[in-house]
Amino acid sequence: MKFDDLEKIINEKPAKIKILNFWATFCRPCVIEMPFFEEVATKFEDDIDLIFVSLDFVENVENKVKPFLTKKDIHSRVILLDDVDYNSWIDRVSPSWSGAIPATLIIDKNTGEKFFFEQIFDKEELESLISKFVNKT
Amino acid sequence: MTKLRVLSIFAYAMFFSGIINNGYEVGDYVTDFKLKNVDGNYISMAADKNNNGYIIVFTCNTCPWANLNEERIIALHNKYSSKGFPVIAIQPNDPIRSPGDSFEEMKARSKKYNYPFPYVIDETQEITKAFGATNTPHVYVLNKSNNGYKVAYIGAIDDNIRDANLAKNRYVEDAVDALLKGETVPTVTTKAIGCTIKWKTT
Repeated sequence: MKFDDLEKIINEKPAKIKILNFWATFCRPCVIEMPFFEEVATKFEDDIDLIFVSLDFVENVENKVKPFLTKKDIHSRVILLDDVDYNSWIDRVSPSWSGAIPATLIIDKNTGEKFFFEQIFDKEELESLISKFVNKT
Repeated sequence: MTKLRVLSIFAYAMFFSGIINNGYEVGDYVTDFKLKNVDGNYISMAADKNNNGYIIVFTCNTCPWANLNEERIIALHNKYSSKGFPVIAIQPNDPIRSPGDSFEEMKARSKKYNYPFPYVIDETQEITKAFGATNTPHVYVLNKSNNGYKVAYIGAIDDNIRDANLAKNRYVEDAVDALLKGETVPTVTTKAIGCTIKWKTT
């Protein structure tokens, strides 16, 4: 989808804590942390809505992205962001984002406040962070 | 209790965003550096007495976005080097965290793709930090003035990583063309998706 459509999803009134993880099949650190996100989403499934936003190119959906998701056993929602004019939307995700991936946007369920993390997460860090968000509500 | 939690999460987020955003801004003067090129020699900006500026590109072997930009970087050098704006490519990643970016691998890639510009390694990552580069690729166009090299543009090469021919905005070219004509750079900063720089872990 294009960014305008993703923006609608970002701005939708959240029923749960929304987590958007920006990744690509060819981004090694992204791929390493994806299972941690899946696990956390399963653990807190009543509280979290996880969406993986892929920055792979649209021509690689069938031959790369889908096989990858099957192999890695990813069941969370995956959206392919097909919008290469990066400069037009990076700031709309977060003005603090330099554009590096992996990166994660977390949206508070009650306030709609956005928290942006331009970093690689290890399992403990992620669990600890998400627990804080979940326990806040 | 909830207020404290909100504050701590906010502080957590601020802490992480704070680490990343430092470095040169447009208009800043750039301190010279001395970095090792793949041919074993050291490269400094001061060495070129006749140029008008530099196109500094933070790039590496292992990032697919950097690889997609490789031809464009070579094309930029071929177009602008004779006009006084040569490219210097700086590899910022820690080779321990990213073995594909080791000096030997850099040499191999430079040879394989016939890089017409220096491809230097920032061994301590100090220069990368000084510039404030955050991902690969990341371009800084520098303009030579009486007081040194001034940053004129920071960001992406163009707005279509997938197909250079379809790019509507060729940011770096527009910036250098403007500098060559003595005009204002139309777009001074842009952002682009790229790979995180692999910082050394202490």
